[in-house]
Order: sequence, then C-alpha cells, then structure tokens
Amino acid sequence: MTKDAQETQETRETIHGVPEMLGRLAWRLIWGFARIFSIVALLAAWEILARSHTFTPFQLPALSAVLERIWSDAESGDLAINTALTLYRALAGFLISAVGGIAIGMAMSRNAAANWFFDPIVSVGFPMPKIAFLPVVILWLGVYDTAKVTIIVVDAIFPVIAATVIAIQGVERELIWSARNMGASNRQLLHQVILPAALPQIMTGLQVAMPLSLIVAVVAEMLMGGYGLGGAMMTASRFANSTSVFAGIVEIAVIGYVLIKAMTVIRRRLLIWHPEANAPATA
Amino acid sequence: MTKTFIRYLPLLLLAVVWEMAARLGWVSSTALPPLTDVVRAWVDMLFDGELLRNSASSLYRIIGGLGLSIVIGTVLGISMAWWKPVNVLLAPIVEIFYPVPKSALIPVTVIWLGYGDGSKILLIFLGCMVPVTIGAFNGARASEQVMVWSARSMGASKLRVLWDVVMPGAMPELLNGIRTALALSFILLVSSELIVAQKGFGYLIGSLGAGGSYDAMYAVVLTVAFLGFAADRIYLAITRRTLAWRAMS
Repeated sequence: MTKDAQETQETRETIHGVPEMLGRLAWRLIWGFARIFSIVALLAAWEILARSHTFTPFQLPALSAVLERIWSDAESGDLAINTALTLYRALAGFLISAVGGIAIGMAMSRNAAANWFFDPIVSVGFPMPKIAFLPVVILWLGVYDTAKVTIIVVDAIFPVIAATVIAIQGVERELIWSARNMGASNRQLLHQVILPAALPQIMTGLQVAMPLSLIVAVVAEMLMGGYGLGGAMMTASRFANSTSVFAGIVEIAVIGYVLIKAMTVIRRRLLIWHPEANAPATA
Repeated sequence: MTKTFIRYLPLLLLAVVWEMAARLGWVSSTALPPLTDVVRAWVDMLFDGELLRNSASSLYRIIGGLGLSIVIGTVLGISMAWWKPVNVLLAPIVEIFYPVPKSALIPVTVIWLGYGDGSKILLIFLGCMVPVTIGAFNGARASEQVMVWSARSMGASKLRVLWDVVMPGAMPELLNGIRTALALSFILLVSSELIVAQKGFGYLIGSLGAGGSYDAMYAVVLTVAFLGFAADRIYLAITRRTLAWRAMS
C-alpha cells in the first residue's frame, strides 16, 4: 500500500459517522426506488393504455376497474369463499403429495422390491404431461373435490419422489458409517442422520411441487367448474366479463406469490443449521 | 436386453392388470376400456388422419411458443446478468411474474387472441419464458469472473467475451431451464386445449370424451403422455451431447 492510499484510507475512517450513515440511507432509498420503479411503471402503463382507448375495455380493463372489482368481490364474500376453496384444494393435494412422495421415495431407497416397482413408473411418469389424464379422472371420480385433489396429487407427487430418491442417494456414506459405528439403530439412523442430511434436496422437490399444485388446481377448477378462483374466472370469461377475468388473475397471482414466499421462509427455518442458510439468497 | 426387460417389467405388469381388470369386469368398461381396444382405436385414428391432423396443430403451437420463449428468454436472462441497469429494470418484473400460476392466463390469452393458435402460442411463450430467463440469468451470473477478466485482459472485446466465455458458461443452467420449460409447455398446451380449442390433442380428448368413445379418448391421452416423455428423453440426449465438452473439466 502506498503512503497516499494509506492516507485516504485513514481519512475515510475518520469520517466514519453521520455523513456515511446518511449516504447509506440515500443509497438504500435509491435502491429501493429502483426495485419498485419498473413495477410501478408497468402498472401505470396498464392504466394509461387502458384509459387511452388503444384497446377496448374488453381486451384490457383499467387497473382501477380491476381493483374495484376485487374490492367488491371481497365485500360480497365471494373472494373469501373462492380463495379458501382453491387454497384448500391446492394445499390438500400438496400435502398428500409431500407425505406420499417422501414415503415412496424413502421406500424406494431402502427396499429393492419397491425400487424395482416404482423406478420405471417414476422415470416414465415424471416427464409426462399428467394433466392430460384430467378427463380420465373426471370419468372415474366426477367433478368434485376428490377428483380435483386427485389430479393435483398425480401431478405434484413425482417431483417429490424424484427429489427424495436423489437426496437419500446423495447422503454421504461416511455419515451413515459413523452413525452405524456409534451404534445407531435403523430408526435413529433414518430420523437423525439420513432425513436431516437429505432435507435440502427434499425441500427443493417440495418447492417444485407447490407451484405445480396451484397450476393444476386452477386448471382443474377451470375445466370442472364449481366454486374456486379458476371456476370463477371461467364463468366470467363465458359471460365476456373481462374485468372479473383480470381480477381473477391478480387474485391467483397474489396467492401464488404468498405460497412461494412461505415455502422460502419454511426452507430457511428448517435449514437454519445448514450452511446454505448463511449463503446469500438467489432470486 | 434382459436387463431392460426386468427394469420395465412393472410397466408391463400394469398393462396386464389393466387388460384383465377391464376384460374380467372388475371395473366398468366405460371407466376403463381394455387396453387392446385402446390400441385398436389408436390405429383407427392414425389411419383416418384425425390423430395426425390434431398432433400437427399441437406441435406447431408448442414449437412456436417454446421457440419464442427460448430466444427471448435467453436474451433477457443474459442481458440481465451482463448489464446492471437491465437487471434493475427487469428483475422486479420477473420476480412478481415468476410465482403466477401460468394456467390462470388461459382465459386472458383467449380474450386477446381468440380460440385459435395465437392464444396457445402466447400462453406457452409467457409461461416458458420464466424458467428460461431464470436459467440463463443464473448461468450467466455464475460464469467465472476470473475467466472473464483473463479474456478481457487478453484483449477480447466485451461482446466477444459475452459470446465466447459467458454464453458457454451459462449453458448448463440455461439448458436445465429449457428442460423445465419443455415440460411446462406440454402442461400448458394440453390444459389450454382442453379448456378452449377447436383442434389439437386437448380438443380431441375433450370431444372424444364428450362423445362417449372412451377407448379413443384413452388412446389420445396415452399418446400425449408418451410424446411428453419422448420429448424429454430426446432433449436430454441432445443436452448430453452439447455439454460433452464439460466432462473434461
């Protein structure tokens, strides 16, 4: 370090105080503004485009009209019922897939017969567009909640199974050997060594399954009708009520955002002991 | 050969159980027509051209939507990683668009572009752009800074570095993102065609089901499922080739 550089370093340290704090604050403000700038611009563009009559209100209802519609849905109670039903179906399907997927994945990695039976089914079934089986599910189970939850499980269980199998395969042999060496029983080994070590990848599988559950829940509701956000959007679009269609998108988008954020939070909580919790979060 | 046979034996067993369940009347044959009838219906549809006509329009939609999303998503993702201002502008939009269940856009694409190909291509494009963009972004951002610096110091122009260093570095993650997009494109295609369409696989499934010819409906469902599976396998084989150079490192 030259003498000059050393001096600047020192001066910098001496003004370490109020000005720097202000500077940091200003920087944070600018950064925060930049972060929401494009979203605000997008929303403003939506409103302006809609009001400028470039598009008909059918093609693009104004943002203010859409928000008003959401508000009136909320007041009449429809929003609460539809949201609750969609959430209930998506979450029920997700939970069944999570429990079932982890169980099947564990069985596959511990039992040769289970592996022999499920492996080809998973490797062929995972990349298939299982949503195509929706009409078959309707044929078997009708159009009510059982059918909707079933098609969600059919779609969402595969990523969980695959992630569990890969996760357990990836557990370091040394960990298992040392636990065995110290006299861990099968049960202890599973609960205290294998599952925690496999948890990060299993969580990744669950994080794939969650948005998938919601996508399929919406499609199932659109196709089978009845209450729920997807069904409400379909009814609105049949009556050419595009304001309600856009309102539906905003509502479903908000639910999707909340669920995905919740999964991230749960992941951070569960994996707080894991090195990745300290790593900077990626987008 | 025997190994493959033993490996895929469970699938064969399932097929046999299916056939028996239908033939022996364990379940009603409307709910589950015998597999042999399904195969016969499939052959019939193949010869009268119905299957080919509808698969052509479905494939056209997938190729159109997925192709657009790959080109535009790659450009967006890499620009976001390479130019800070682009990132500041686009990252928040990607972040709020990412968790939207894309199937919610089906009615809107219909409002904008009608019942034909346009609305399906737009839907697939919008849905698939997200995983491609994120893959390209993560890949390009992770490209080794040391490599970029060395290339720069050896006199490569910025664009040259982008093309010769950042792009290959971003490949694995980008190709992974495209694989996700490929699977998503089939899901979106079939859902949108089931809900509103006048041709395509989803339409065919819906109209056959409504007409009560369940053996033909099963045939189309299995065809779509198989095509999705085959597309993934073919894609994987191509990716392995493309990334063969990485095996050296």
